[in-house]
Amino acid sequence: MAWKYSEKVKEHFKNPRNVGVVNNADAVGEVGSMVCGDALKLSLKIEPDSNKILDAKFQTYCCGSAIASSSALTEMIKGMTVDQALAVSNQDLAEYLDGLPEEKMHCSVMGKDALEDAIKKYRGEETDAHEEEDEGKIVCHCFAVSDKSIEKAIRENNLKTTEEVTHYTKAGGACGSCLGEIEDIIHDVRARMEQEQPSQPKESKQIIQKNKTEEKPLKQGLTTYKKIKIIEKLLKEEIRPSLGIDHGGLELVEVEDNKVYVRLLGACSGCAQSGETLEYVRNRIEEELGQPIEIKDLA
Amino acid sequence: MDISYFDNNATTRVAPEVKKAMMPFLEDLYGNPSSIHDFGGDLIKYVDVARKNVAKLIGASHSTEIIFTSCGTESDNTAVYNALKNYPRKKHIITSKVEHPAILRHFEQLERQGYKTTYLDVDRDGLITVEQVLEALTPDTALVSLMWANNETGVIFPIKEIGEALADKDLLFHTDAVQAVGKIPINLSQTKVDMLSLSGHKIHAPKGIGALYVRRGIKFKPFIVGGHQERGRRAGTTPVPNIVALGEAAKLALEGMDKESQAIRELRDYFEKEVQTKIREIEILGHPEKRLPNTSNITFKYIEGEAILLRLSNENIAASSGSACSSDSLEPSHVLRSMGLPFELCHSSIRFSLSKYTTREEVDYLLAKLPEVIDNLRKISPFTPAHLLE
Ligand SMILES: Cc1ncc(COP(=O)(O)O)c(C=O)c1O
Repeated sequence: MAWKYSEKVKEHFKNPRNVGVVNNADAVGEVGSMVCGDALKLSLKIEPDSNKILDAKFQTYCCGSAIASSSALTEMIKGMTVDQALAVSNQDLAEYLDGLPEEKMHCSVMGKDALEDAIKKYRGEETDAHEEEDEGKIVCHCFAVSDKSIEKAIRENNLKTTEEVTHYTKAGGACGSCLGEIEDIIHDVRARMEQEQPSQPKESKQIIQKNKTEEKPLKQGLTTYKKIKIIEKLLKEEIRPSLGIDHGGLELVEVEDNKVYVRLLGACSGCAQSGETLEYVRNRIEEELGQPIEIKDLA
Repeated sequence: MDISYFDNNATTRVAPEVKKAMMPFLEDLYGNPSSIHDFGGDLIKYVDVARKNVAKLIGASHSTEIIFTSCGTESDNTAVYNALKNYPRKKHIITSKVEHPAILRHFEQLERQGYKTTYLDVDRDGLITVEQVLEALTPDTALVSLMWANNETGVIFPIKEIGEALADKDLLFHTDAVQAVGKIPINLSQTKVDMLSLSGHKIHAPKGIGALYVRRGIKFKPFIVGGHQERGRRAGTTPVPNIVALGEAAKLALEGMDKESQAIRELRDYFEKEVQTKIREIEILGHPEKRLPNTSNITFKYIEGEAILLRLSNENIAASSGSACSSDSLEPSHVLRSMGLPFELCHSSIRFSLSKYTTREEVDYLLAKLPEVIDNLRKISPFTPAHLLE
């Protein structure tokens, strides 16, 4: 693989700033895991009165661009207030680094996700315990799927095997380290399902399930970089091949909340079908993410 | 500064002798060997010499058992296709989990067409046994395709023993020997394989030329159809320069086999011994002995492979990795995963592969730079335990 990075990215990769852990950190944010092949830990020293970030340090286990972009992010946010830091966009980060390769986006936004995580915890919003109540515990760290969403998928679609769960929720589909846990969940949920409806006749049960399968399982708690990872995979493995275009033909530029920015180039751009193409891409992304999105073509 | 090249399982430098041998065919001898006129037709004799040299390298009894192809992938695809054509009624095919995509993707495609497939597991050393193969057989089995040596780990499968066990079975046995040919002795007069794939660019010939061995007596159905080249077995105007190059590379490989593999092995073993004294918490993957002499696949715990490669690239060192980041699929090496290696170690693996052109200076340079790179990245990683940073 060749260096497609700017000089500034290379420089930050070679000499990353602010590596390590801040002493007596006021906030620590973490995303990813070693099993998934990418992880980032960000620690901050924050002045309580002014909410100013006095110091920021990071540690990462990922490829080159994560090291460079985390290094850049820590440089940028030092001296900012917490609110200013939260407002730093991926675009700002990319500009600071004279550009970032698009296929490395999921690594590059890890820094921002870690920052958001850190600040949330600092502000006491959505602590882990709270999150557990609301959204459940994350079981599959690769695709950020919680036990709650797995349970929901099992109940709604009458899933019986881990393969089915992976199929419906993606959980366990990448590294597979959570497959054991998924199996336990299936066992547990199915046992409870039996208890809840002990006398329900089989037939009506099936009818209910039939209707329910129409519903798409919703994935909660997907971080931006997990979304990007999922979308990139979809583009690469399905959409580009089915449209008969290469990477340059359809690029993922940016993901912000439910907005997905792409660039349709080459044969696709400007052609009569480009509207349809975009619609198809949007539909597939929505299916994969299990949530509605807006799509914009920047070409 | 010159590149320190440790990626010879990906591709190799064209040997100067090979370049010299093929040059006349890029210049004045540009004819088409299928032509009636002597200017073209006479060139067939150079193709024949090359064919003999390739046959000799793998111990094939007849040079007509060699079919020139465009690459190892084409040879693999052709072999699988041919097996199915030999047994149109049989619907079961066997391979291993650690094969090259040139086999695996083809098997997956056949699955979708209704074939039953068996993918044999490997053990923690990357090996399979003859018994495993025999247990997988059914009366419906048309093909067993197993690689001779693995491209990522260098692990060598017991092809001779498997060939013996399959000799009296009504099926075809193919081996992808792309990584084995030229690196270890291969003698098909004593090893019972029906088809064997090899590739030029792994043995110091240029990219774009490969060969498929098909044992005499086996029916052959062409995979690429068109003209009558290669006795009607592989259509397409004969690429004389590339074929001459492969012939020359085969000749050099055979002549140098004993001495060169020994020298490469010594250099590789020296590297592995030294790297273990210089860097802590690493693991050398694959069976220690049943391994190609040139390959060393090492995991460096707590850090990610692509970052290692980029840092090495900064130092003008070329290697490759099984990490998810450096693959296209966002998933780590299927070979290492099949060996039962945990994910975090797959992401951390680096393959160093040597050739006869690798020098002691290059290895020493690598040994000087590698500890620094690893240490540096371990300092950045959130997973490195404190005792490694002291
Ligand atoms: C084991 C193995 N088989 C097949 C191939 C494909 O060979 P080629 O690159 O000539 O198509 C390779 C090369 O990467 C290989 O290592």
